[in-house]
Amino acid sequence: MSESATITSGGGLADPAARRSLMADVDRTPGSAKPDAILSVDTITRQFGGVTAVNVEHLEVQRGIITALIGPNGAGKTTFFNLITGFDKPTSAGKGARWSFNGKELGRTSASSVAKSGMVRTFQLTKSLNRMTVMDNMMLGAQGQSGERLTASMFRPLWRGQEGQVSEKALGLLERFKLLEKKDDYAGSLSGGQRKLLEMARALMTDPTMIMLDEPMAGVNPALTQSLLGHVQSLRDDGMTVLFVEHDMHVVRHISDWVVVMAEGRVVAEGPADTVMSDPAVVDAYLGAHHDTDLGDDALLEDDSLEREAAAEEHQREEEGQ
Amino acid sequence: MDQIFAILNATVSEAIAPATAGVAIAVIGLNLHFGFTGLLNIGQAGFMLLGAYGMAISVVQGVPMFFAVLIGLGLAILFATILGAPTLKLRGDYLAIVTISAAEIIRYVGRLAQFEKCEWSWCKKGTDFTGGSQGITSSTFTTPFKSISFFGDGAWTLSPFNYTSLGGSTAVRVLGLLVFLALVVGTVFFVRARRAAAARSWTDRLVVAVLVVLSVATLLFVFPQTMSRTQTDGWWVRAVAWTLVAVSTIVVLLLVRSPWGRLLRGIREDEEAMRSLGKNVFAVKMQALIIGGLFGALGGMVYVLASSVQADSLGRQITFFAYTALLIGGAASIFGPVLGTVIFYSARILIREAARTYVPNSILSDNQAQAFSFVVVGVILMLIVIFRPQGILGNKRELRFHV
Amino acid sequence: MIPLARSATSWRPTTYAGLLAALLAMVGLVLASLVSILSVTTTRADAVATLCLPQPNVSGCISGTVGNRTTPVEGADVSLLDKDGTEIDKITTEADGKFSFEVKEAGAYYLRVDPESLPDDLEIIPPAAKFQGPDGSIKVNAKLGKLTSPALEVRNKDYQSGGKGFGSEIVQSIAQGLRLGLLLALASIGLSLIYGTTGLSNFAHAEQVTLGGMMGYLFCNVLGLNLWLGVVIVTLVCAGSGFLQDMVIWKPLRRRGLGLTQMMIVTIGLSLAAQYCFQMFVGASQQKVVVENLDVFTLGPITLTKLSLVAMAISLVAVGLVGYVLIYTRVGQATRAVSDNPALAAASGIDVDRIVRGVWTVAAGLAGLGGILYALVVSNGIRWDTGMQILLLLFAAVTLGGLGTAFGAFVGAIIIGLVVELAGPLGAPGDLKYAVALAILILLLLVRPQGLLGRAVRVG
Repeated sequence: MSESATITSGGGLADPAARRSLMADVDRTPGSAKPDAILSVDTITRQFGGVTAVNVEHLEVQRGIITALIGPNGAGKTTFFNLITGFDKPTSAGKGARWSFNGKELGRTSASSVAKSGMVRTFQLTKSLNRMTVMDNMMLGAQGQSGERLTASMFRPLWRGQEGQVSEKALGLLERFKLLEKKDDYAGSLSGGQRKLLEMARALMTDPTMIMLDEPMAGVNPALTQSLLGHVQSLRDDGMTVLFVEHDMHVVRHISDWVVVMAEGRVVAEGPADTVMSDPAVVDAYLGAHHDTDLGDDALLEDDSLEREAAAEEHQREEEGQ
Repeated sequence: MDQIFAILNATVSEAIAPATAGVAIAVIGLNLHFGFTGLLNIGQAGFMLLGAYGMAISVVQGVPMFFAVLIGLGLAILFATILGAPTLKLRGDYLAIVTISAAEIIRYVGRLAQFEKCEWSWCKKGTDFTGGSQGITSSTFTTPFKSISFFGDGAWTLSPFNYTSLGGSTAVRVLGLLVFLALVVGTVFFVRARRAAAARSWTDRLVVAVLVVLSVATLLFVFPQTMSRTQTDGWWVRAVAWTLVAVSTIVVLLLVRSPWGRLLRGIREDEEAMRSLGKNVFAVKMQALIIGGLFGALGGMVYVLASSVQADSLGRQITFFAYTALLIGGAASIFGPVLGTVIFYSARILIREAARTYVPNSILSDNQAQAFSFVVVGVILMLIVIFRPQGILGNKRELRFHV
Repeated sequence: MIPLARSATSWRPTTYAGLLAALLAMVGLVLASLVSILSVTTTRADAVATLCLPQPNVSGCISGTVGNRTTPVEGADVSLLDKDGTEIDKITTEADGKFSFEVKEAGAYYLRVDPESLPDDLEIIPPAAKFQGPDGSIKVNAKLGKLTSPALEVRNKDYQSGGKGFGSEIVQSIAQGLRLGLLLALASIGLSLIYGTTGLSNFAHAEQVTLGGMMGYLFCNVLGLNLWLGVVIVTLVCAGSGFLQDMVIWKPLRRRGLGLTQMMIVTIGLSLAAQYCFQMFVGASQQKVVVENLDVFTLGPITLTKLSLVAMAISLVAVGLVGYVLIYTRVGQATRAVSDNPALAAASGIDVDRIVRGVWTVAAGLAGLGGILYALVVSNGIRWDTGMQILLLLFAAVTLGGLGTAFGAFVGAIIIGLVVELAGPLGAPGDLKYAVALAILILLLLVRPQGLLGRAVRVG
């Protein structure tokens, strides 16, 4: 615990070596204990009809690093996100399900309170508020605005000062995310990638301790991917904890410090990116089609094989849809 | 020519009627629901009816006017809470079905013969309660309202300076009408030009305000309205009604330009995103439902002041009219509800009177002309939604992105 | 999925041409008949009110039926008394139970039915306190130029004791409830199918019901067609109106990408326009589809007109047919697939537009059939706002069963029908029976928002 205490005090984890040494002693088994877990989950199941979408016995997420959550389609990653952020209720509620964030129990908390407690999420299908300006989108992220109380809202002097501070902060973030010149445009007029950026910037307006990104790179053009990756990494370097769902193995290998693999609703493996991808259990569960290939093999990440994979995935998605 | 002036005079008279003002206030509330928050309330007439009953019954039972109004508003809060609690967490359709159903329940209950007269110990026996299907006539509940009037007795003409002061010839009226048209066209062009420039200053607003006041004054110059100062359906009711319209507009303006108003628009766009940002969506929606409902109740009170509290006159149709008016004026705009309501009501009278005057009775009888005006209303509602969803004052740019 | 798709797209151009020709013929027919209504309405008014014609400022009428339509009382002596209690006129009812008086002055009158003239086990239901006159008579406020219809309904004398009379009333109400439910089902299934396939809450659906009744009035009453032939034609014409509506309005709007809320408001506009169109052409009064046929069928405590039984049977057959098509045919499967997920259905080769077109056609046809039957056996005629009055019952039925599930709409309709008819004998006065149905809907949403048969769905 002494080790973790030093780590959490500031941006000590910006150094890759520090992160490696922190996670070096952690068990590479599903549900292993972390030195300083910010999120800890027990016995969460969710069933739709007879199908079990999520069945996680135990999972801990380390504070201050980037954790990737990967797994094939239908593995239950998004449902798992929904459950721990309060957007869905586990079937096992009241039957042993409990999860805590930053030492706070979240079992009966609504989605908005989860966000208020410092765990903020983004969505796989970007939820920008289209008929509002980029600036308004950002302003909504700020917490504790007195002008959002109905009683105070009619009296401008009561909230004018705070409004100014919030908008300054919003402008700063917009500048960092290269959206400043778009601030008076409607969010609906932005490109897909810009909306992802906006959503991330908006989430940061809430001053989160942990940010959960649901497929942040999906549908973003390659040119923007690089800058998005940079932003994610800089969040960690600022001391935030990041948990993200991603399909692109290249991205996962590139930025994650720890990888959790889900399949058929369960956590099947954990570990640093390079070791987990060669785990036979993962290969087995994750990409049946590439049974004989090593997931860590860079050859797999070359363009044409990626395309093939994407096509296969598309196909699979359609079948699942039915 | 005289026929045309008679038709136009009826139109102007309808435009400033207290009932028009009442509906305008209700539409302002509906705009808060539908335009800003995206709440599909199709029971606004229910809020109006509750407000009207609350006030009228209280006054008949001897409650002072001020508290009677508060009782009417209190009923609206109660109604909104009861309707909102089960439905605001569900998909929008449910609120729609529940509000329209609940509004109908109120109407059915109001019409019941059992509630026509007060027959219980807690109220004055034998007085009107809901008045059943006949309703409560205004003379039984407007006395305290008239007694606070400081307008005095007798009749009065607005505007006192009118075409008769200039000899009363047809030429003067035609000229006045042309000036009015020029002013309206001028206003439209001015607003358009300033919108395109995307810079709006206080001087612009002042110019628009002056133009609007001038147009109204010209209209009243050509079609002066004469009626009693204080008696039923006179100037006192109109003054109070339109003052309330102005106050309501200002309140909504202040509300929606605040961070709270930003929350409303955020919820209209995407509830889940708002929840992910730590906003208590349910509470804000409930607040919006209640505030809009309060305007509905207030509108209902104004609506009945010059007529009577009659359940069937505040049925579903009024809700549908309110939507038409809102969409004509422009949803999610500040002045749209008032403009839309005035245009809606005066246009309907214009169509009806024109049809009665110019279409021979063998083709359209008076009743058919009335029905015809409603057909036109329905068709206009459809066409607006399809071809000009932003209405007159709405923001077209804002509507380009619906997803 | 793939053979499905083939069947859904296998309509040949010739089929289309044939359909189109039939439609054009129908439209022509409708237009022609509308013109004929216009010329006929004035004469019809006289024909309907056979016994007394109120004339403005000259005379008023007091008329009605002893008993009710289904069980009129023959041989009842009805007296008209002036406000001092002096008898002015007296009529003995015939087999139809009808009575009618003409008065020359407006004001209060009293109607009295001689209890001796009624069958032994029956009595007149006493009116509300304010209508009670001396000696068991009923107060009537006559107006010049108006027709006043006081209710002179009868009930069993042992009604108060709550014994057999109450029980049999409940049984009778259940029968009537099933009848209402079956007729509502015709319309609500269509409403539900439209909601399921397009997501649209169609507020103009009630006007399709009215249209059915109006067309029934046109074909069977004005043009004098045979009733059953009329029912078939009405159903076809209404189906055609659904087809046309989708072609002219809804498909282009879907193409434009108009939002569902906006589309819903369009249906509200259409509903308003349609209602007042009916009023413009037919007037504001109630019109009969056929001169009533009062042959009754009695089984124990249940008494229904034979017409009602036939209507219920027709409705059952129609609903069964729709159910069969939905479950066992490929077109039906395609429809359910579109309901489930339109994008996916389109991706698997189903022509969604064509399915939706079919749904509009069938839904409008069913609603029209429901409308003419409703006008025949429930509402005693059709008026411009008949549909509007049951619109909320339709929505309640659809929501109760679970939005968008056709079978749920059927179950919901039966429940709503029963609730409405049972509310009366169980103590809900007058129109409040509709309110009770709506209150139940609101309460149910509190407990089970997905409706009785809907499934809870995945969030996000």
